[in-house]
Amino acid sequence: MQRIIKDGRIIDETWHTLAKDATLEGMSNCDDLIVPLALWRDHAHALKARDGGLGVWLDADEEIEEIADQLEHFQVIALNFPAFTDGRHSSTAYLLRQRYGYQGEVRAIGDVLRDQLFALRRCGFDAFALREDRDPEDALKAFDDFAEVYQASSDQPLPLFRRRA
Amino acid sequence: MYVYDEYDQRIVEDRVKQFRDQTRRYLAGELSGEEYRPLRLQNGLYIQRYAPMLRIAVPYGLLSSRQVRKLAQIARDYDKGYAHISTRQNVQFNWPALEDVPEILAELATVQMHAIQTSGNCIRNTTTDQFAGVARDERVDPRPWCEIIRQWSTFHPEFAHLPRKFKIAVNGSAQDRAAIEVHDIGLEALHNEAGELGFRVSVGGGLGRTPIVGSFINEFLPWRHLLSYLEAILRVYNRYGRRDNKYKARIKILVKALTPEVFAERVHAEWAHLEDGPLTLTDAEVQRVSQHFIDPAYKALDDQDDALAHLDAEHPGFARWRSRNVVAHKKPGYAAVTLSLKPTGAAPGDITDKQLDALADLADRYSFGEVRNSHEQNIILADVEQAQLFTLWGELREAGFATPNVGLLTDVICCPGGDFCSLANAKSIPVAEAIQRRFDDLDYLFDIGDLDLNISGCMNACGHHHVGHIGILGVDKKGQEFYQVSLGGDAGREASLAQILGPSFAQDEMADVIDRIIKVYVENRTEDERFLDTFRRVGIDPFKERVYAANH
Ligand code: SF4
Repeated sequence: MQRIIKDGRIIDETWHTLAKDATLEGMSNCDDLIVPLALWRDHAHALKARDGGLGVWLDADEEIEEIADQLEHFQVIALNFPAFTDGRHSSTAYLLRQRYGYQGEVRAIGDVLRDQLFALRRCGFDAFALREDRDPEDALKAFDDFAEVYQASSDQPLPLFRRRA
Repeated sequence: MYVYDEYDQRIVEDRVKQFRDQTRRYLAGELSGEEYRPLRLQNGLYIQRYAPMLRIAVPYGLLSSRQVRKLAQIARDYDKGYAHISTRQNVQFNWPALEDVPEILAELATVQMHAIQTSGNCIRNTTTDQFAGVARDERVDPRPWCEIIRQWSTFHPEFAHLPRKFKIAVNGSAQDRAAIEVHDIGLEALHNEAGELGFRVSVGGGLGRTPIVGSFINEFLPWRHLLSYLEAILRVYNRYGRRDNKYKARIKILVKALTPEVFAERVHAEWAHLEDGPLTLTDAEVQRVSQHFIDPAYKALDDQDDALAHLDAEHPGFARWRSRNVVAHKKPGYAAVTLSLKPTGAAPGDITDKQLDALADLADRYSFGEVRNSHEQNIILADVEQAQLFTLWGELREAGFATPNVGLLTDVICCPGGDFCSLANAKSIPVAEAIQRRFDDLDYLFDIGDLDLNISGCMNACGHHHVGHIGILGVDKKGQEFYQVSLGGDAGREASLAQILGPSFAQDEMADVIDRIIKVYVENRTEDERFLDTFRRVGIDPFKERVYAANH
């Protein structure tokens, strides 16, 4: 079973992330599922009627605005990094937290590596499904990379210049 | 200049630790080369042709003598005894060993220096006028704003992986010595009619493969909103800039594709959410930072026009040097002095460890212990008493800093090119040298007058060839190193991009080609007309005819 980082701790993964071309066919009723945006787009009604937990995932070129008024349906919003150098979803996470006030889980999936975690957490991610060949235990150290930061972030509402004594 | 407090220091020290561990993991095989690459680049570490190259940040070009001494020591201990001033006011070392880089960074941190974001697809060093704070034509001192931007952009979590690199420049003077219109964001600090301070904002300028002069999208942004507005621009770019093709990934391509008007609308829509939020700058912060840039303890002096004119008459060499390398200062009795790093025979912008030590000494004795790097790859002592110019000149000559060629043809802006850079199509340093040798007659050089000659070894345009009055670009022609020449570029106000002259030339033809171009200018100029003005008046054809006619 994959283990993920959630709120700075390692936990067992309980969600299933469906592939981008997944369909409703054979879908379990009770599992907790993270579905691709396209499936939600086409079958929101059916997905809402299931008993299991519901999350959605967005690829790097999919925009959060599309579901901004439907966020209450999702316990998890997962944002995919096709490459860790693709920073688009850093902005998405920021918008989810700061603009849309989303309180559920914001999870980084895809090419997620230790050296990006510190910045990603500050953008608003609270869960990280590390690339499968990486040790989440080791990655936890990234959260201690910096003791102080200049910018405001999700866990620090004020930029340093408003906190400087 | 800005002095770190405990927060700034902590951040830089944590960065050293982080990078030390990243390098350790790379060397231990825990990080692949591909994974390590963006990490090292964000710390200015390239793997070059012969060795790594480490680019060290010199925020907006300012250095204290203590920092200069540290650079001298690093050049001695970890490099081959010299450093290079880059066209972005930074310092580069060409020969450090990869294993030593964490230790070099630890040394730098002891003098409040670092290599953060000096490369990679992130917000780079903010640059400005090398005469900031002392220029006579200055309206607003850009340095506090550069520092405020530096802090905001340092490890900005949302903008760590932009589509491409991102460069911001700030100008506060009548003349634009910071070339703001060829930057991703250009900021012109000014006062509006009501006397309030703000910024005129240009976006989407840039050199490289597709050179474009920026578009102004805001004519007056009140200073309080500077950071929130920058954040809005960056967010739009981070989300919508192209990532499928690295040659189309700069913000200029996005601005052009959307049109500046639509891009501005997007920025303003985003900014509407941020306006008056926590990023709004406070009086207290601006004051805190500005205090680091108040005037040093200037004496009450008078201008020394007569005494200097007298010295000029006695010492033609001094007169010559003064006419090129010394500029007026806002304070009577003071002057700003440019130390030329362009003597013939040395790579433009190179400086040895001994020269760095000498420089630190000179800064302490003549200029309040500070120096500035210019994007023209020279060094400035900004606060010299006019009465000391003559003795300083003597010392500069001994240290090899007194070549009287600032702003002249031999003051070549030149990237490291094929001698060092793995991206190069062609060498640039030997071309600079050949041209310097051809124009070694000072009288002729002075007669030619103001002329920016810029050389890049490839399309990336680190040598800013598009904005040289004469630009030279290294190109690859069937596996051979060739050079394309362009004319009429200008980085100042009314920025313009150079036009390509025609087919490229072999390396050994270059001095002749430049010679012919200069002859066309000399024959066609009206009295006192600069090269650029003559070019603008007569157009490219006479140059073309002469250069290519002579070829056949
Ligand atoms: S212009 Fe090209 S050759 Fe010159 S330093 Fe930049 S990348 Fe290297």
